[in-house]
Amino acid sequence: MTRVIRYIFNDILRTRFILFYTGFLLLSTFALFQLDSDFGKIVLSLLNIVLMVVPLVSVIFTTIHFFSSYEFIELMLAQPINRRVIFLSEYLAVASSLCMAYLIGVGVPFIMFGAGESVISLLVTGVFLTLVFVSLAFLSSVLTRDKSKAIGIALLFWFYFSLIYDGFVLWIIYSFSDYPLEKVTLTLIAFNPVDLARIIMLLQLDISALMGYTGAFYKNFFGSNMGILFSSGILFLWAIIPIYIALRIFNKKDL
Amino acid sequence: MKKVQFFLITIILSALSLEGKTIRVGPSESVTQIKQAIVMAQPGDTILVRAGIYREGNIILQKSIVLIGEGYPVLDGENEYETLTVHAQHAVIKGLKFINTGTGSIEDKAAIKILDSENLRILNNQFENTFFGIYLSNSSHIWIENNELKSEAEAEHQIGNGIHLWKCHHITINENKIKGHRDGIYFEFVTNSLITNNYSEGNMRYGLHFMFSHNDEYRDNTFINNGAGVAVMYTKGVKMINNHFIHNWGSSSYGLLLKDISDSFVMGNEFVENSVGVHAEGSSRIVFKENEFIRNGYAFKLQASCDDNVIERNNFQQNTFDLVTNGSLVLNRIESNYWDRYEGYDLNRDQVGDVPYRPISMYGMIVERMPTAVLLWRSFLVFLLDRAEKAIPVITPENLKDNLPAMKAYDFNK
Amino acid sequence: MILINDLCKKFGKLTVLDQVSLNLGSGKSYALVGPNGSGKTTLIKSVLGMVRPSSGLIQFNGKDIANEWKYREQIGYMPQIGRYPENMRIGELVDMMKNIRKEVKTVDEELIDAFKLYKIYDKRMHTLSGGTRQKVSASLAFLFHSPVLILDEPTAGLDPVSVEILKEKILHERRMGKLIIITSHILSDLDELSTEMIYIFEGKVQYNNSIEALKEETHETRLNKAVTTLIKQKELLNSITEQL
Repeated sequence: MTRVIRYIFNDILRTRFILFYTGFLLLSTFALFQLDSDFGKIVLSLLNIVLMVVPLVSVIFTTIHFFSSYEFIELMLAQPINRRVIFLSEYLAVASSLCMAYLIGVGVPFIMFGAGESVISLLVTGVFLTLVFVSLAFLSSVLTRDKSKAIGIALLFWFYFSLIYDGFVLWIIYSFSDYPLEKVTLTLIAFNPVDLARIIMLLQLDISALMGYTGAFYKNFFGSNMGILFSSGILFLWAIIPIYIALRIFNKKDL
Repeated sequence: MKKVQFFLITIILSALSLEGKTIRVGPSESVTQIKQAIVMAQPGDTILVRAGIYREGNIILQKSIVLIGEGYPVLDGENEYETLTVHAQHAVIKGLKFINTGTGSIEDKAAIKILDSENLRILNNQFENTFFGIYLSNSSHIWIENNELKSEAEAEHQIGNGIHLWKCHHITINENKIKGHRDGIYFEFVTNSLITNNYSEGNMRYGLHFMFSHNDEYRDNTFINNGAGVAVMYTKGVKMINNHFIHNWGSSSYGLLLKDISDSFVMGNEFVENSVGVHAEGSSRIVFKENEFIRNGYAFKLQASCDDNVIERNNFQQNTFDLVTNGSLVLNRIESNYWDRYEGYDLNRDQVGDVPYRPISMYGMIVERMPTAVLLWRSFLVFLLDRAEKAIPVITPENLKDNLPAMKAYDFNK
Repeated sequence: MILINDLCKKFGKLTVLDQVSLNLGSGKSYALVGPNGSGKTTLIKSVLGMVRPSSGLIQFNGKDIANEWKYREQIGYMPQIGRYPENMRIGELVDMMKNIRKEVKTVDEELIDAFKLYKIYDKRMHTLSGGTRQKVSASLAFLFHSPVLILDEPTAGLDPVSVEILKEKILHERRMGKLIIITSHILSDLDELSTEMIYIFEGKVQYNNSIEALKEETHETRLNKAVTTLIKQKELLNSITEQL
């Protein structure tokens, strides 16, 4: 398995996309450090990047990569290698290279300028989001043979989780605003990895003071050991379940 | 000639008797107890307390005398007693250090409790670990200056207020420092008083808290890092000028909370990094002028229950939300402010923007109505909603706008 | 060696393989013939496990290949269109293949030498012509001394000299007693290379016998003639059954 991963990894590095991505993140982070000296503000601005850019880049890069390595997968399939190994190698190679790009791009400036606890959460949630969206993109890639269709599905996932779902949540809040909704929304949030990551990060920053009673309720929850366990468990499931389904489909797929 | 001589002698004698005598108290003096000295003292006398620690339980002062400490003698309440109770007229308490008063929720034990008194001066005293610091009840014409109060409580119920006034009038509170009490300065039924140059930091609840206290003036005070900021309630005729409201940060914190205030004046203040800069509800006829709102969460929460207020010539810079309200009716005038988010233009170069500015964010409105919606904060959806609302206002009040937005921030320092 | 029993494959409504049953024994060389879209490649891919059958059974050395992968150690496969990671150099590709099948200690680089591929080891795959690509595919298929060789259109796009080299190699392997399955449109090539003939039409095995037998049946001496006659006979038969 490590041999296969190494080859995919080299292939990914050769396309230079990962380098661009790393460079882009480095540049943005450095630029934010130049523009602002307030640590919390920088983390906050980066949060926008993490919530929008990281999932977007993850889904697009993953689907494009998957289809451009179709040949490689075909080649490997004729070899005495388990399908599962090939697929998981693809996942691990893509996910780890994207995570590395992210960790370097965002982490290095913070190491240079000094980091706080919220930065560690930022890095961890970014990595989780990468894993989740790479996972979702693999799922959309095995759902269809058509590359553009697959990118379409992957973008839909992204669009759904970063926009449509929130619209739905807002509608629920609006419709049931007379009821105590804290627990309901907590459940709803768990069904969207982007929201979950956003809330975890917001609660880390001192701007959570602006979130009033709801914020306090969430802070209580996510601040507790149970909450940390819950949120990381949910994010973990979000990464695991799509890739598991994708693996099952891939196992039965004709190539 | 004789008549004149007699007259002169009378004047000199009377002057001598007014001067009074000085009683010294100290471990090495003949009088070792303050209580003893007070018993000995005649009106107009001075008691000079030498440095040392005095554990005398509750000292009661009912004479018109001057009580002065030298090198800050310590009056220790041994965590049990109220150290000094005053019921007098024309007295001075100066240069003493009060520590470890008793605590308790039934009796409001204070370092200095002033009851039904007039014409007192409380100067240059220090307070450490006191339940209440200076407690005034039913008194008038009192001057409290340059005192330093410091306590370290962990919870609100464990501690009283720094400077506590109930039913007083004509009080001046100047240049005091209050730290770590429940409320820094507390006013209830206090009228015609002046609070100036005080520094109130890190108090559990409010840096300044006043209710039913009409016609008072607050100038040049600084309120930093208090649990819930400053609260002003059920009062009319208040002047708040050139105060600093800084970093009152927390989920229920305000720079300045105005509740049922009318005919008042808020001018030249600075609101920096508060969760809510100003929260006004049920307030009428207040003029907010030339204030700075910088880096607050919500700069201004103007509830729909407010009317006839004027918000003009203020600077709004780097706030998360500039202005939110909870209704669609706007009965206040908002004009000529500087808003750093303003994106309009000024073709005739008169420093006034040519298109009105709508300071309300749609999302801010939504959260005011449905607090749970705060969960969507900083999501892409909210960003889009705000943008869309700016272009075509649907739910933000149509007439809530600044028709004459300033193009440049005002410089109030000149 | 390879036993196929009642193999069916459907892509949606389209039936690509219809109850194909074959028994391919080692030491024999099979020519897999049929018009375009008749299901040859699907059959090959089914044997390789790349296409999952809708029903039916494929056994390799007596073992069901469903969800198996180890048996592919014994197969050298040359695809119809060689698709490779485009950014790889030929040398890297060869190294990678060797690396992935590390357990094979001695490799057969005869074809690499014969095609002089080592001269262009540093060329990237996307720069290669169709013919060179075929050479790479062929070299890789023979690299591991596999007892079974599956060659999908091996000579398509190759220049005459290379075709001869490849033919020689195939014949050599045949003599070594390997099981060889070749599909090709160029029937004259198959004439030399194969001993057995499987004709597939519309997913069904229409003919399965030795080439000798076919020639006798059709009274032709050359395979391409023989197959054409066979096809004509089948078409005639079909048109009659359709009219009925």
